[in-house]
Amino acid sequence: MSTSEASGTGTRGSRILGALVLIGGAVLLVVVGFVLPADEVQRDAARLLPLHVATAWLAYVAFFGTAIASIFYLIPRTRSLAWDRIAGASAEIGVLFLSLLIAVGMIWGNLTWGVFWRWDPRLTTTALLLLLFIGYLALRNVDGASERRARRSAILGVISFLFVPIVHKSVEWWGSLHQAPSVAKLDGDIELDDSMLFSLFLSLVVFSLLYVWLMLHRVRLARLEAMHDARGLDSAIAARTAEAVR
Amino acid sequence: MKALLRVARLIAAKDLRIERRSRVAITQIVGFAVLVLFLFAFAFDPTRGVLARATPGLFWIAVLLSLLLVVGRNFAAETADGALDGLRMAGLEPGGIFLGKFIALLVELLALVVVLLAGVVVFYDTEIPAAGAVLLVTSAFLACTGLAAAGTVYGALSAGVRVRETLLPLLLLPVVAPVLIGATRAFEAALGTPSDDRRAVASVAEGWPWVALLGVFAVMFVAGGLLSFGTLLED
Repeated sequence: MSTSEASGTGTRGSRILGALVLIGGAVLLVVVGFVLPADEVQRDAARLLPLHVATAWLAYVAFFGTAIASIFYLIPRTRSLAWDRIAGASAEIGVLFLSLLIAVGMIWGNLTWGVFWRWDPRLTTTALLLLLFIGYLALRNVDGASERRARRSAILGVISFLFVPIVHKSVEWWGSLHQAPSVAKLDGDIELDDSMLFSLFLSLVVFSLLYVWLMLHRVRLARLEAMHDARGLDSAIAARTAEAVR
Repeated sequence: MKALLRVARLIAAKDLRIERRSRVAITQIVGFAVLVLFLFAFAFDPTRGVLARATPGLFWIAVLLSLLLVVGRNFAAETADGALDGLRMAGLEPGGIFLGKFIALLVELLALVVVLLAGVVVFYDTEIPAAGAVLLVTSAFLACTGLAAAGTVYGALSAGVRVRETLLPLLLLPVVAPVLIGATRAFEAALGTPSDDRRAVASVAEGWPWVALLGVFAVMFVAGGLLSFGTLLED
């Protein structure tokens, strides 16, 4: 094993990436906080929009990553616990950012609509998606043989992702019968001027890099955990064997 | 294909025989479902019309809660003493095992739905209009098909796990949310439930698009179960 593994989960590449994310994040905060003009209707609440969109983007990318890695695990030719670790890491990051998304969305909603929650189809689907993947993580956390857990998780990961459209469609129909369209459509009443477009673009880039950085560390950590478990077992066996020989 | 159906019939007959002999389904699960109907009546005052307006939704909530119990039982029998491994070692096709467990679950759910329908007719004073009967039966059947298929897949996913009792609801309930929505709307249309305070009654024709949703859900999960069961049972 190389020295980088002994010293943790960071490598030169990931450190450069991390520095880029930090710099980008700082620039993003300055742009969002000071350069962006306050919206006429939403005032300062509009500053949350670029972060909000980028958070949603990251969460959906992460769940897509889980689904893809799960499929690779399920294909016999590419079956490897590495795919399982990637799927799990991606789902963890997705759940983290989806929780942030909902939290930020609720703050924004309270500022703009005056209520924390509306039974808007998009909101409701997002909340259900979060619950689906919390369940996925719960299944990953059960004890037992890692092969078995990986197989079940992979199937659940694929199913959960495939059901996003049908959940969304049903919630949309359900909402359409219940209430008039939301007064404040997210994309309706905000002028997308140049500074907003730029900050949107910047936040998408920064969040994408952040996803890659988090993935690198989380997957490496998971591999170290697996190695630790295997080594622990090996040394225990060796110790018992030594006892037996004596 | 023929072998698949034969395996399915054997497994389904086995599961239903267990249920018939143990009588747990009759005495406990049906009792639980009826109890839920009573609890809803306590929570939503029947004399003020709230209960009547909410009946379709409450009906399907009662079905979902009972579903958790039925699925738990359905797989408890397989995980005890490694029975599932026995099934696999007997050389049975996993698709057939899925179909068999799915059919048994479907039969149990349909029986439960019939009892619950009788329950709401008797206790909630619900009238089933003749015009909506076809919609009612079709949507109930398709909803149960979807629930049984999803229940079988998720039952297998959480089978043999120590935290199954808490894991199964967490995994299953978000996924069957479309069934709850579709079946509730279809029942509202079939029963002519006033949809809001304006006393506007949902027409029967409004229910059929929801039946399509229930159908898509059922087909997707039956297909998903047939495809994934081999991998699920490998361990």
